[in-house]
Amino acid sequence: MSDVQTIEIMQGILARHAKQEGPLLPILHSVQAEYGFIPAEVVQIIADHLNITRAEVHGVISFYHDFRDAPAGKHIIKICRAEACQSVGANALSDRALEKLGVEWGGTTTNGAITIEAVYCLGLCACGPAAMVDGKVVGRVDGAKLDKLLAEAGA
Amino acid sequence: MKIYVPLDSAAKAVGADDVASAILSEAKSRGLDIEVIRNGTRGMIWLEPLVEIETENGRIGYGAVDVADVPALLDGKLVSLGLVEELDWMKGQTRLTFQRCGIIDPLSLTDYEAHGGLTGLRNAIAMTPAGIVEDVTSSGLRGRGGAGFPTGIKWNTVLGAQADQKYIVCNADEGDSGTFADRMIMEGDPFTLIEGMIIAGLAVEATQGYVYLRSEYPDAIDIMEKAVVLARGAGMLGADVLGSGRSFDMEIRVGAGAYVCGEETSLLNSLEGKRGVVRAKPPLPALEGFLGKPTVVNNVISLATVPVVMEKGAAHYADFGLGRSKGTMPIQIAGNVKFGGLYETAFGLPLGDLIDKVAGGTLSGAPVKAVQVGGPLGAYMPRSKFDTPFAYEEFDGQGGLIGHAGVVVFDDSTDMLGMARFAMEFCAVESCGKCTPCRIGAVRGVETIDRIGKGDTDAIELLEDLCETMKDGSLCALGGFTPFPVMSALQNFPDDFATKKEAAE
Repeated sequence: MSDVQTIEIMQGILARHAKQEGPLLPILHSVQAEYGFIPAEVVQIIADHLNITRAEVHGVISFYHDFRDAPAGKHIIKICRAEACQSVGANALSDRALEKLGVEWGGTTTNGAITIEAVYCLGLCACGPAAMVDGKVVGRVDGAKLDKLLAEAGA
Repeated sequence: MKIYVPLDSAAKAVGADDVASAILSEAKSRGLDIEVIRNGTRGMIWLEPLVEIETENGRIGYGAVDVADVPALLDGKLVSLGLVEELDWMKGQTRLTFQRCGIIDPLSLTDYEAHGGLTGLRNAIAMTPAGIVEDVTSSGLRGRGGAGFPTGIKWNTVLGAQADQKYIVCNADEGDSGTFADRMIMEGDPFTLIEGMIIAGLAVEATQGYVYLRSEYPDAIDIMEKAVVLARGAGMLGADVLGSGRSFDMEIRVGAGAYVCGEETSLLNSLEGKRGVVRAKPPLPALEGFLGKPTVVNNVISLATVPVVMEKGAAHYADFGLGRSKGTMPIQIAGNVKFGGLYETAFGLPLGDLIDKVAGGTLSGAPVKAVQVGGPLGAYMPRSKFDTPFAYEEFDGQGGLIGHAGVVVFDDSTDMLGMARFAMEFCAVESCGKCTPCRIGAVRGVETIDRIGKGDTDAIELLEDLCETMKDGSLCALGGFTPFPVMSALQNFPDDFATKKEAAE
């Protein structure tokens, strides 16, 4: 059973999307914006609301890279691994980042400061290697710039 | 004095926001009356942040401007690039789709109209739906997302379908590496896309539109959402489009990081709130698309090109190009290049001219080894194929594809076996799982390439066979086209697959 506060928050979110056609993705984005992840207890609430099964909701959450079932670190750093960024040194940059943080892709540093994720293209293909820090784009990232970004994020 | 500082993501990524605020604070401390306008990008990404100052003779460019350059800029002491319109990169282009991008304030409808916006829509309002479809058909416009299917023919199918509700869905899930034209137009001239979608709505009698925009583009999402609100407020969208008595409204929908949702049937499932799994065709989305209703699914650039077709006429557009590739293509030059950015030109420019002349060769200065055209599913072209004209059929004849016209350049330090491996790895990560050859084949592909990398040349035949199976046994382009980069790397750069064996021996 969900607590009263969760039910209240979810009622607000579901009401906001009531008029949309095919509202599940917008609902999940709103949930993630609210909680930072998709808490397990909201799955049943969403399923009941949309008259679909919990399995269907879970299937959608697990299909998309964006939706997480646990909180991320305080900052999310995404590094582009796609071809255009690779042509200007993204692989070395990725290796450096993972080594510095001591985690694998998708991992969070032990101090909880940074979650590092691979992303396949940020559309910054003419000014790569590209990265994104909490939704803010950064281009022409070299080793020094990366170190600065990691330090600012509290690595 | 008007100063333009781009708000485009690529400009922001290299410091445009800081430059803009430095100009404002410097102007304030000097007591200067300066208006900073955040425009889209002109597409010369190597010059970003490209600051422009309006003068009597035109806009003078400065780039790349650093925050430290701002005092000199306002003193008039910073060395300029001259008139932006007169730069070789700008003069060499035929800008139709991108005619306003980088010039106007993206969120000013007044600017938009002053530069030719809404003329196409007004012309379309005066026409019958069939008349609009006929114009788009005769313009020769083909789907710019990659498949190159004639836009007018798709529209005609939707127009002919009987239904109580039809939809226009814009595919803005631009996930291909090396492509950013969709992002650039959405950030730099969003009303063009909105106008194109309204015209599509009028043409096929659809009243609701959706833009499925990838979550990796937060800036584009923000601008498009604002533009939709402004368009609604100005009566461009809503129950009575520009007083025509016709209704059309639209909504921006955000994707969730699945590359495969750029495939139209996956996109429709995702838009309906399902897993982005590919659907078998038929039924065509034109007949049974979003929520089972007749739906036009077009790429951003296809839709954003419709206004200029309706503004200047189908014949004007069709006059550009080569053979069955009519009009212009916004080519995105990316990767290891000296001059990267967006270059809109008529179809037919040889690939080599694009790389050696327009892009100025590699950024690293080393020789070009390979060029991947058309995103992660496009072939790696060696220098021996550089005389191929940039057009649909011509690239097809060379075992490649132009796709969404992203061109990624690699220098001679690139390991093509590694790139082939990455193509398989990417396919394995992004496969929706519906077709076995894609879901399992991509995983086996990575393993097989690793075997080749360790010197097992017998595995080459296995890889070729696997690629054939993936090509023939996948419903969509992800599984079906991943063999393009893999096989082209193998065939065009056999040394990268053989030397490992020699080294091992």
